[in-house]
Amino acid sequence: MSGPNTDYDPVEVTPLKAEEVEAAREAALAAIDAATSLEELKQARLDHAGDRSPLALANREIGALPPAARKEAGQRVGKARGAVTQALAARQKVLEAEHEARMLVEETVDVTLPTDRVPAGGRHPLTTGADYIADIFVAMGWEVAEGPLIEAEWLNFDALNLGPDHPARTMQDTFWTEPAENHVVLRTHTSPVQARTMLTREAPIYVVCPGRVFRTDEYDATHSPMFHQVEGLAIDTDISMANLKGTLDHFATQMFGEGIVTRFRPSYFPFTEPSAEVDLTCFVCRGAQVIDGVMCRTCKGEGWIEWGGCGIVNPRVLVACGVDPEKYSGFAFGMGIDRTLMFRTGLSDLRTLFEGDVRLTTAFGSEL
Amino acid sequence: MKAPLSWIKEYVDLPAELGIEEITERLTMLGLKLEAIETSGAGIEGPLVVGQVLTAEKEPQKNGKVINWCSVDVGDANGTGEPQGIVCGAHNFGPGDKVVVILPGGVLPGDFRISARKTYGHMSAGMICSARELGLGEEADGIIVLPADAPAPGTDAREVLGLGEEIIEFEINPDRAYALSMRGIARDAALGFDVPFHDPAQIDAPLADGSGYPVRLDDEGCDYFVTRVISGFDPTAPTPEFIKKRLAATGVRSISLAVDVSNYVMMELGQPTHCYDKAKLSGDIVVRRAQEGEKITTLDDVVRVLSEEDLLITDDSGPIGIAGVMGGASTEISETTTEIVVEAAHFDPTTVFRSQKRHKLPSEASKRFERGVDPLLPPAAAERVVELLVEHGGGQAVGVTEVGPTASPETRRPLTTITIPVDLPARIIGLDIDRATVVKSLELVGCDVTVSGESLTATVPTYRVDLTDPYDLVEEVARIVGYDKVPSVLPRRATGSGLTRAQQLRRRIGRALAGAGLVEVVDFPFVGEADFTSLGLPADDPRRNTVKLANPLSSEEPGYTTTLLPGLLKVAARNVSRGQDGVALFETATVAFPVDQAAPIYGVDRRPTTEELEKLLAAIPRQPLHLAVVLAGERTRGGWWGAAETASWADAIDVVRRLGSELGVPVEVASASRAPWHPGRCAVVSVDGVELGHAGELHPNVCKAFGLPARSAAVEIDLDLLISKVPATAAGPVFSTMPVAKEDVALTVPVDVTVAAVEAALREGAGELLETVRLFDVYEGDQVGEGKKSLAFALRFRAPDRTLKAEETAAARDAAVARAAELTGAVQR
Ligand SMILES: [Zn+2]
Repeated sequence: MSGPNTDYDPVEVTPLKAEEVEAAREAALAAIDAATSLEELKQARLDHAGDRSPLALANREIGALPPAARKEAGQRVGKARGAVTQALAARQKVLEAEHEARMLVEETVDVTLPTDRVPAGGRHPLTTGADYIADIFVAMGWEVAEGPLIEAEWLNFDALNLGPDHPARTMQDTFWTEPAENHVVLRTHTSPVQARTMLTREAPIYVVCPGRVFRTDEYDATHSPMFHQVEGLAIDTDISMANLKGTLDHFATQMFGEGIVTRFRPSYFPFTEPSAEVDLTCFVCRGAQVIDGVMCRTCKGEGWIEWGGCGIVNPRVLVACGVDPEKYSGFAFGMGIDRTLMFRTGLSDLRTLFEGDVRLTTAFGSEL
Repeated sequence: MKAPLSWIKEYVDLPAELGIEEITERLTMLGLKLEAIETSGAGIEGPLVVGQVLTAEKEPQKNGKVINWCSVDVGDANGTGEPQGIVCGAHNFGPGDKVVVILPGGVLPGDFRISARKTYGHMSAGMICSARELGLGEEADGIIVLPADAPAPGTDAREVLGLGEEIIEFEINPDRAYALSMRGIARDAALGFDVPFHDPAQIDAPLADGSGYPVRLDDEGCDYFVTRVISGFDPTAPTPEFIKKRLAATGVRSISLAVDVSNYVMMELGQPTHCYDKAKLSGDIVVRRAQEGEKITTLDDVVRVLSEEDLLITDDSGPIGIAGVMGGASTEISETTTEIVVEAAHFDPTTVFRSQKRHKLPSEASKRFERGVDPLLPPAAAERVVELLVEHGGGQAVGVTEVGPTASPETRRPLTTITIPVDLPARIIGLDIDRATVVKSLELVGCDVTVSGESLTATVPTYRVDLTDPYDLVEEVARIVGYDKVPSVLPRRATGSGLTRAQQLRRRIGRALAGAGLVEVVDFPFVGEADFTSLGLPADDPRRNTVKLANPLSSEEPGYTTTLLPGLLKVAARNVSRGQDGVALFETATVAFPVDQAAPIYGVDRRPTTEELEKLLAAIPRQPLHLAVVLAGERTRGGWWGAAETASWADAIDVVRRLGSELGVPVEVASASRAPWHPGRCAVVSVDGVELGHAGELHPNVCKAFGLPARSAAVEIDLDLLISKVPATAAGPVFSTMPVAKEDVALTVPVDVTVAAVEAALREGAGELLETVRLFDVYEGDQVGEGKKSLAFALRFRAPDRTLKAEETAAARDAAVARAAELTGAVQR
C-alpha cells in the first residue's frame, strides 16, 4: 500500500480521473454482463472488483488526494464500485439459478425404477378381519373377551346347557384330549368365552369374542378342522330379541355396507331360547335374487345367505354362570369369521387361509 | 326328514290355492327348515305310457347276452294304434304283463333322449322302463311290472306311478322331535295357516284286555309297553303300492309288509314300533337292563356285547332287542311268520341315546326316542300297525296288553305346566304382543292356557315334550307371531372401556412386524414326533411333552403343539417351493403345555363356587401366546442398487430388538445353545432377566430336514411375557441441546469377549457424560493377532448444561477405555 503522495498534483492522478473511473466501471459492467458461467463471473470479479482491479487501485489513491479533492473523488469511485458490486450480485444470482436449473436437469432419474429392497410384510386377513369386527363392537361400547383354545369340557358344553346326554353334543364333532377323564377338549365354539365372561364379570356385560375353534371336520374347500368364530354376548336388564336384531343389523351394515341387513329364522341351540338362524342380505345381488336377469349364484336366487346363529341366552346358562335370570336377560350370537371374510373378499377356497402362502396376506396389506 | 306334500295334506285342510313354496316358506318361518323340494319323476318328458307286452321273443346275441324282441300294445299313444316293436334286455316279465313304456320323442332323467334306433338287428321304437331309469330308486332288478289291474295300454303312466309327487325335505332341529312325523308337520302347517288339523293319532284303539303278549317291566327306563297280537297273517302278502311309494318318498327301503307297515306308522305318527315273530318268542317279554357281558345279535346280523346301562327287551331266551335302538335277529319276522306280536312302547330318551352311541347304531327309531316321543302314543300306534297289517296281510287282531305307569291315568306322570308372567314373551321378544295373542299362540301349539292376574299357566300337550321352561313358551309365541316381526332396536349404549392394553399391544406387535417386512400366516397347531425329531429336540426336551388328542386328524400328528416352529418352518418351505426367493414369516398363536389334572364336571343348577372355579381353571393346560418368526433366503432383494442380502442370525435377533424398541422394553441378548438353533449362533433374549425365548440361525440339519435354504433364521418368544414387561406409561426423556463431542476408540480384545461386555464396560467407565456408544467396526486378522479381534466404537459425549471441553471428553474416553481394559482385557490400538 502506498502512503500519501504529497508530490503529486491530485488532479493529475490518472486513476482518479472521471473518465478513467467511468471507463473502469463500464469495462467492469461489460465483463460482468458477458460472463456466462459462475467461473467466468468469478474471473470478472477478480478482474474488476478484486484487489488489483482498476477501481480498487483508484480507491487506494483517494487517501493521497488533498482533502478538498477527496470527497468528490471518493464519491465517484464509491459510486462506481457500488454499481459493480450490485451488478456482480445480480449476475451471480442469475447464473446460480441457471446452474441449479441445469444441475436438476442433469440429475433426473427414472422414478419408475423398482424401489422394493425390503419386500412388503402384512398381517393375515383373519387377524385384520377379527380386528375389523371387534372394532365395530368396540365403537358401540362393547369389550373384547378372550379364552383359551384348549378348554374344560364343563365350560365348552355343560355350562352352556349341553349336558353329556344332549343329542346336540354329537352335532359338534369334538377333539378330545387324553386322558378322557381329565374332561378337557379343544373348544368347539367360542361360546365357552360367554360362560367365562359371565362367571368373572358383573352384569351388564357387552362383549364380543373373535377366536379360533376346532372340530373334527374333513379339510376341504368349505370345511376345516380349525376355523374362526366371533361370539357376541349382551347381558343387561330388559335385553330382547329386538336388541339382538338391532345389533346384528348394525354389524351387517358395518361389515358389508349400506342396505345389507339380517333376517331371523327359528332354530335351535341349547344355549339360547328362543334361537334363530341369521341370514344376511346377499351381498352380491344385494337381495335382488337376480343379476342382469340371471339367477344370483351366490345366494342361489334366495336373496339371502346363511350367516350364523343367535338367540336369547337360555336362563339355564345364566344360572350355571351365576347370573340372576330374574333380574337379567341376554342375547348371544355367533358367526364364522372365515366365512364372513370369504363373503367380503370373494375367496372361494377356505384352505387358502391356512396354507400360509405369502401371496394371500400380501394381497391384503396390513388392514382389511 | 322327507315328507310328501300329499301325505301332510291328509291331516290338514290346506287351501287348494296354496303352492308348495308358500307352504314351505311358512313352515320354515315356524322352525321346520326347508332343505329341498323334489318332485318324483322330475326330468321325465314326453310320452310315458302304460304298455302291455303282446309277444317277447328271446334272441341270444353273439356277445352272450339274450335280449327280448317285444311287441308292445301302447294303445293310440304312438299315433297308429299298431303294436310297438321294442328291444328289452330285462327278463322279469313276459307276454301279458303291463309295463311302463317311453316312446320316441320322450326324455328320461339325465337328459336321456329316446328315439327309434337300430339295435340288435331290430328297429327299437322306445324303451320299457325300470325304476332306476325313471329316477325312482336305485334297484335295477329289471323293469317295472305294473299290477294286472293297471289302466289300459296307452294311458299316461305318470299317475299310475305316482310321479309328480312333491316331496319336501326338512331339516328338523333336535328340539322339535314332534316334527319327525307327518302328524307333527301337519300340526304346524295347520297352526301356520290357521286351518283345521285332523290328528291321525286320534283313533279308537281297543281297550287293554290283558290278552296281548304278556310283558313285565323291570326297569324305569320303560314307562309304557303295549303289545298286540295278530294271528293268521299271510307272510307272502305284498306291501301295497301306496305304502311303498310313500316309504320311497321318505327315503325308507321297502323290506316286507310287516317291516314296511311299522316304518309307515313311524313316519305317520312319530312312534317307532316293532314286530316279533310270535312263534320265536318264548315266555314273557321282560324289559330290563343288560347284565355285563350279555350279548345280542341285532337285525343287522352283528353280535353286540351289551353294557349294564343298555335297556333290553328280553324273553326266556335272553335279549331280543336293545330298547328303542334295534331289534334282535332271533325273533325277526320271516317268510313263514303267521303270528305277529306288535310292540309300541315308550323309553327313556337318555337310555336310548347312550345305547345308540355305545353301539354306534343310530336308527330312525333311536333318533325319535332320544329326542322325545309323545308318551301317550303307543296304543294308537299299535292299533294303526295292527289295522294296516290286518287290512293288507289278513289275519285278525286277538288281544291288547298295556303295562307301565303311563298306561293308566292314575299312575301317569301329570302333564307339564309352565307358569310365566303374561308379558314375558313381549319383553323377551321386544315386541308389543297383547295378552290375547300370547294365549292364542300357546293354544295353537296345543297348550291349555289359564290366565290369573299377571301370570299365565300353560299345560303342555304330551306331544310337545320339548316344552319345559318359561322361555320355551316365549319361543313358541315368537315363532307363531313371526320372527320377521321382531323389530331392529339397538340396545342401550354399552360403556366398555375399549381394548385392553394387551389387546392393543398385540395389534401393535402385528403391525410392527408387518412394517418390518414380515408376513403373517395362520397354521394348524397339530404336531407329531417326527416334527420334534426334525427340530433336533433332545429326547428329554419338555417341548416333546404335548397335550395329546384322543382323536387326532392324523395319527402322525397326535399332539397339540408346544412350539410354533415346526408348522411355521413347513409353511416357509412351502413358500420357497412355490418359487419365493425369500420368505419372512411370522405367526402368533397359543401353544399348550399339559397339566396333569382332571377338570371337574359340575352341576349346572348353580354357579360353581370360586374355589370350584379355580380348581376347574387350574386343570386346563397352560397356553401362553407365542410369536415365531422364520427368515429364509433373501431378506432384501437384489436390484439396480446392488445385490440381494440373505437373511441371517442377525436379522432374527433384530426382529426381537425392534419389537422391544417398539414397545419401550429394553431387550437383553446373550449367547445360548438350544435346538433348533445353530449352537454358535443362537441368542437367548430376555427382559429384566426374564427369558422371553430364542433367536438366531437355524441348525444346518434343521434347514435340511425342513427343506429350507441354508442359514435360515428363526425366532420364538413368549409374547405374553413380553407384553407383561411393557411399562404402563413411558417416561418422557430428558435430553441436552448442548453440542455433542465425538470420540472413536478401537480396542483389541480376545475373540471370545462379547461386544455386549465391552460396551457395558465402556459405558460404566465413561460415566454420565457418555450419551451413546455404538460399535461401528469389527476386525479380525493379521494386524490384531491370533485369537484377538478389534472392535471400533463411536462414543458420543454431551453435558446437560455446557459445552464440553476437549480435556473433559478425553478424560471420559480414557476412563471408558481403562474400565474396558480392566473388565475385558481390552487394549487400545
Ligand atoms: Zn344373491
